[in-house]
Amino acid sequence: MSGANRGARGGVPPQRARLSALVGTGGLVRLILRRDRFLLPAWVIVLALIPMGFVGATDSLYPEAADRLQYAATTGTNPTFLALYGPLYDTSLGAIIAQRSGFIPVVVGIISALMVVRHTRTEEEAGRRELLGATVTGRGSGLAAALIVTMAANLVLALLLAGGLAAQGLPFVGSLALGLQLAAAGCLFGAVAGVTAQLSEGAGAARGIALASLGAAFAVRMAADVGGAGNGLSWLGWVSPFGWINRLRAFGGERWWTLALVVALIAVLVAAAAALQSRRDVGAGILPPSLGPAAASARLSGPFGLGWRLQSRPLYGWLAGFAALGVIYGALAKGIKDMVEDNPELEEIFTKIGGESGITDAYFASVMSMLGLIVAAYAVSAALRLRTEESGQRAEPLLATATGRLRWASSHLVFALLGPAVALAVAGGAAGLTHGLNAGDVGGELPRVLGAAMAQLPAVWLVAAIALALFGLAPRLTAGGAWAAVGLFALITMFGPSLDLGARVMDVSPFTHIPKIGQDFAVMPLVWLAALAAVLAVLGMAGFRRRDLAMH
Amino acid sequence: MTENTPPVEIRGLVKTFGQTRALDGLDLTVRPGEVHGFLGPNGAGKSTTIRVLLGLLRADSGTARLLGGDPWRDATELHRRLAYVPGDVTLWPNLSGGEVIDLLGRMRGGTNPRRRAELLERFELDPRKKGRAYSKGNRQKVGLIAALASDAELLLLDEPTSGLDPLMEEVFQECIREERRDGRTVLLSSHILSEVEALCDRVTIIRNGAAVESGTLDELRHLTRTSIHAELAAPPDGLPLPGAHDVHIDGTTIRFEVDTTRLDEALRQLTEIGVRSLTSRPPTLEELFLRHYKDELAEVSK
Repeated sequence: MSGANRGARGGVPPQRARLSALVGTGGLVRLILRRDRFLLPAWVIVLALIPMGFVGATDSLYPEAADRLQYAATTGTNPTFLALYGPLYDTSLGAIIAQRSGFIPVVVGIISALMVVRHTRTEEEAGRRELLGATVTGRGSGLAAALIVTMAANLVLALLLAGGLAAQGLPFVGSLALGLQLAAAGCLFGAVAGVTAQLSEGAGAARGIALASLGAAFAVRMAADVGGAGNGLSWLGWVSPFGWINRLRAFGGERWWTLALVVALIAVLVAAAAALQSRRDVGAGILPPSLGPAAASARLSGPFGLGWRLQSRPLYGWLAGFAALGVIYGALAKGIKDMVEDNPELEEIFTKIGGESGITDAYFASVMSMLGLIVAAYAVSAALRLRTEESGQRAEPLLATATGRLRWASSHLVFALLGPAVALAVAGGAAGLTHGLNAGDVGGELPRVLGAAMAQLPAVWLVAAIALALFGLAPRLTAGGAWAAVGLFALITMFGPSLDLGARVMDVSPFTHIPKIGQDFAVMPLVWLAALAAVLAVLGMAGFRRRDLAMH
Repeated sequence: MTENTPPVEIRGLVKTFGQTRALDGLDLTVRPGEVHGFLGPNGAGKSTTIRVLLGLLRADSGTARLLGGDPWRDATELHRRLAYVPGDVTLWPNLSGGEVIDLLGRMRGGTNPRRRAELLERFELDPRKKGRAYSKGNRQKVGLIAALASDAELLLLDEPTSGLDPLMEEVFQECIREERRDGRTVLLSSHILSEVEALCDRVTIIRNGAAVESGTLDELRHLTRTSIHAELAAPPDGLPLPGAHDVHIDGTTIRFEVDTTRLDEALRQLTEIGVRSLTSRPPTLEELFLRHYKDELAEVSK
């Protein structure tokens, strides 16, 4: 290169240099849309449909103004609802729906954060970013494309929701405000993830830091609202972005300026992410990578030591979540009883799902099925580790040592089979203890609720065994098939009763066969489920022993 | 297994993946104590062969014997006596290199700590880095050190030096020479022909899942052509050169390749005209290899 050329390049004005960092963003946006062409519309549509679905249900439960006043005086200001969903700002139908949608911003925030990390740090860690970075793409284009797509998806979600609510007769202004509440959370935590993706070399840490900050923001908002309107801690609501979002007051006299706070914070975060990005190398993080031990400890000596090392941390994370879920389930039990006693239609719904015994039993029966499904999702994720280790070529060097296939597989199976038992015990124990303390009868309630949780275990095992059978017999279908089973059983168990699906369809889900709390305890279904799980697991392992290992 | 049982003995091995015939009647014998080069273009079936030997894949037909046992049925037992390095070592992102070396060593039945320390130093590897922080070359080093620090009697190396720099390549070659001195057997699949030429006692070249050549380098050379470059006393026009290929004549200079079995005849013809100067060069491994490879290219273009 000649000296004159070099001089010319050095003379590019800073503004042009900044713009050139974004060259190729359009192409990357199309790449993200292509890669997420199913995932992206799916979550946008589902999350828009959920609050839309609340309209009809809430309207039929609380048709008259007097019903809604009653709701506002009881359930709507019950501390558990206040903590989970935030304050109720009005007694209109819209305001009740806005409160019940109070947890959805958290879900939108989580999905948006995961999406941004997925298209920035995950790509970089896998080395694919490098491949693209060598083409005509600016260094900031990957981050820009991820943020653009995520935020655009959130705005589409807001418009869909606003249109859907307004079409059902709610005021348009409030509908738009509720839509923007969800979108604000999504854009904000997308931007947070844009920053955390710059910090560490690993995508796991980037996700962890983003979700931890989301959890902290939510915890602060819970503390602000749990004491009801005007309590001594309500000022905390102005500390947490979730508080700002709630205080937009959809359908309750909208205060639009709170949105400006969120937008300003997003702008600061995006600027910070861009500045951090421009200061670091591709593949590197701002935080220095930590070093590990130079030699393995005595515990890391075989497949089980390795399995523990790989699976224990995710298990701890799930257990913390299950403990929190158990506390929430337990805490809600008393509020549910109050709410249902005022409302015969709700009473009917609960007895439909949970049997004819007491409302609390019915409530626990229905949440325990839900708990079982979530634990089944954990079991599948633990079992799928077998497949990801195999297709990631990390099983190969281990199986080239004196470790047999069954021993290696068992090191992950332990987590798929015993992990759910621990998870159910933790969640059931937490729910039983919380409810027992509320009801003043720990000795009576704890074993009952714990037992109801543990009774889900054979059904969870069956789901894990389906994953194992696929792993051994049809390895390419393992992940898709196992998650499809979880999804199918979830659909049947959660929506089957309200859709009046026939007994034949209901029987497909193993969770249908679990005896309900408060009813006669039948052992035989549990034995059958466990036996079927055992047969599938044995078939899967026999298949795995006989088949070829995956190659590149 | 007796002293003279070949550590690897494969006869007529066939392995198919759907429509693809990855191995098509492969024969391969590795003798005790030798370093055996295993050559072939991408997709020829080298990795498939090694994975069958490791019991990771099950052969469709033919026989494979490994250290006197059945590589599929006796896999676990046999693996105590061998060490394996894949061509693309993948590590767990949150385990350090040192932890992986120890883990693999212990699962094989023990590592020699002195040898481990010595190898870490020679390969200049920092064992404290986490898996995701290593470059391609450093990941290979982790796999190599784990294998070389073991007391295995057989090393199965599948393109083990991909991504190593030339200095580390040199260290690797030294290590393999030491392994041979200690009486270990090595099956080395490779693309780097200079590496094979420098290290291997015998070589097998495979193509489309079958062995096309097998023997010592000298034997293979004998089967092929020698390059001749000569300055003659007069222009060699009209000279009948039996067994010659690629003849180039420029005035009194002649260049050609001749089948090594007919070298005598060709030289006699040249000396009749009168030779002013002559260089002859045995074929390099690269030429041997390219000859087989070119045949394949020719077949493809047909």
